[in-house]
Amino acid sequence: MFKKILIANRGEIAVRVMRTCMALNIRTVGIYSEADAAAPHVKMADEAYQVGGPRVNESYLNMDKIIEIAKQTGAEAIHPGYGLLSENAVFARKCEEAGIVFIGPSPEVIARMGSKIESRIAMEKVGVPVVPGIAHPLSDVEEAAQVADRFGYPVMLKASAGGGGIGMQIVRNEEELRKAYEGNKKRATDFFGDGAMYIEKCIENPRHVEIQVLADKQGNTVYLWERECSIQRRHQKVVEEAPSPFLDEATRTRMGEAAVKAAQSLGYSNAGTIEFLVDRDKNFYFLEMNTRLQVEHPVTEEITGLDLVEQQLRIACGEPLGFVQNDVKREGHAIEVRIYAEDPKTFFPSPGTITKFVVPEGTGIRNELAVGEGSTVTPFYDPMIAKLVVKGDTREEAIHRLQHALAAYEVEGIKTNIPMLREIADHPAFRSGDTTTGFVAHYIQGKK
Amino acid sequence: MSQVLASMAGNVWKVLVKAGDAVEAGQDVVILESMKMEIPIAAEATGTVKEVKINEGDFVNEGDVLVELE
Repeated sequence: MFKKILIANRGEIAVRVMRTCMALNIRTVGIYSEADAAAPHVKMADEAYQVGGPRVNESYLNMDKIIEIAKQTGAEAIHPGYGLLSENAVFARKCEEAGIVFIGPSPEVIARMGSKIESRIAMEKVGVPVVPGIAHPLSDVEEAAQVADRFGYPVMLKASAGGGGIGMQIVRNEEELRKAYEGNKKRATDFFGDGAMYIEKCIENPRHVEIQVLADKQGNTVYLWERECSIQRRHQKVVEEAPSPFLDEATRTRMGEAAVKAAQSLGYSNAGTIEFLVDRDKNFYFLEMNTRLQVEHPVTEEITGLDLVEQQLRIACGEPLGFVQNDVKREGHAIEVRIYAEDPKTFFPSPGTITKFVVPEGTGIRNELAVGEGSTVTPFYDPMIAKLVVKGDTREEAIHRLQHALAAYEVEGIKTNIPMLREIADHPAFRSGDTTTGFVAHYIQGKK
Repeated sequence: MSQVLASMAGNVWKVLVKAGDAVEAGQDVVILESMKMEIPIAAEATGTVKEVKINEGDFVNEGDVLVELE
């Protein structure tokens, strides 16, 4: 096992990775920006170094400086967390060249799965179903209109390099398509440096269900069941749970097997997630693969009893998985909600200083945090400030715990989405398992 | 004269108007970037842009004057 690793991230995920390192007796090197000098991950690291100014480009994305610190401190590996450099093939390659283990898959696999078009082609090749669409970038708006006609409206216009909902738009007719095309292409160029656009058939009100996989460097791959992440705002997840209240055992197994086949065909190693859209008839379609640990990994940990960060570290070290598919158990029901520093109605960010912070404690409650009373939430980073994870023997028990935990959660000084989360937890549609990607628009904003 | 103020701390991502432009109430004049989200800031009154007080890339705090209208 590694003796010392660098954690190239901030916030709750940096703290989360360090916690596992402490349990495994691995020393940790933290990095921080000017704005994060007093952050919990800095205090928790065995040693920590400032990498630059408050903006991510000056600090957490400063690849050369981060690698330099790893070398100087004798860190053998870098854990990138999620976001930031976690799916950056250039960074993974730079680590390789510097003789430092990147805790993730190979740069080639990251690059392939980072492109929506290339990942589609790779999945189609091994027989994993994909949403009907085109496998080459659109040449112009005329081609876009022709393709949309062929699939029938509505269609989804997407930036190849997009993510987190950026560069994605539903268009319902040709007029909308013509209006949206150039603007989206320009935005994709501005945001991602790549204006490649494509179109796929829009699956209306689908469920977003993803399969967690673990794959070692010896070619062993297992799936750790699914997570249902349909409840989203601005195309970003708000509530995640496992198991999905919608899937039956046969679909679950088919999806798991498809995910394993997908990972194996890529020569994947690391924890990874294959995201699928599932339609009303339980047909599932590949959406994308995340080649990293995900925000919502705790729900999988809760139902399987596995520590996914530990598994990532063991895999990166070259250890084979210590279990096979039949050994992976599933027990109880877990739900995670993301606490965002934002207005619960408009979803606009709400930076500021937290004047009161009380988190719920008790049986079946897990908090993943990197803020406390007196913390300043700056505008430089993602608005997620904490995650609340609950577990029960049944879904009903988990929801009950969620309601109680959210009632006890107190944050003052900044606005948070807790009122919205309470509304979701209490909503009859959520309680009955009706969790499509239209949930927030239908029930919370539309108040139906 | 009226002012367009920043509704939250953030980075000025795009300035959509320049001095002399006519703007209508509700029209977006600046886009801020805060917590990885773009926040359009709209003029509350109709008028002509007298002065743009910020540049793209500037960091602004809540309540800072972005644009002056007359």
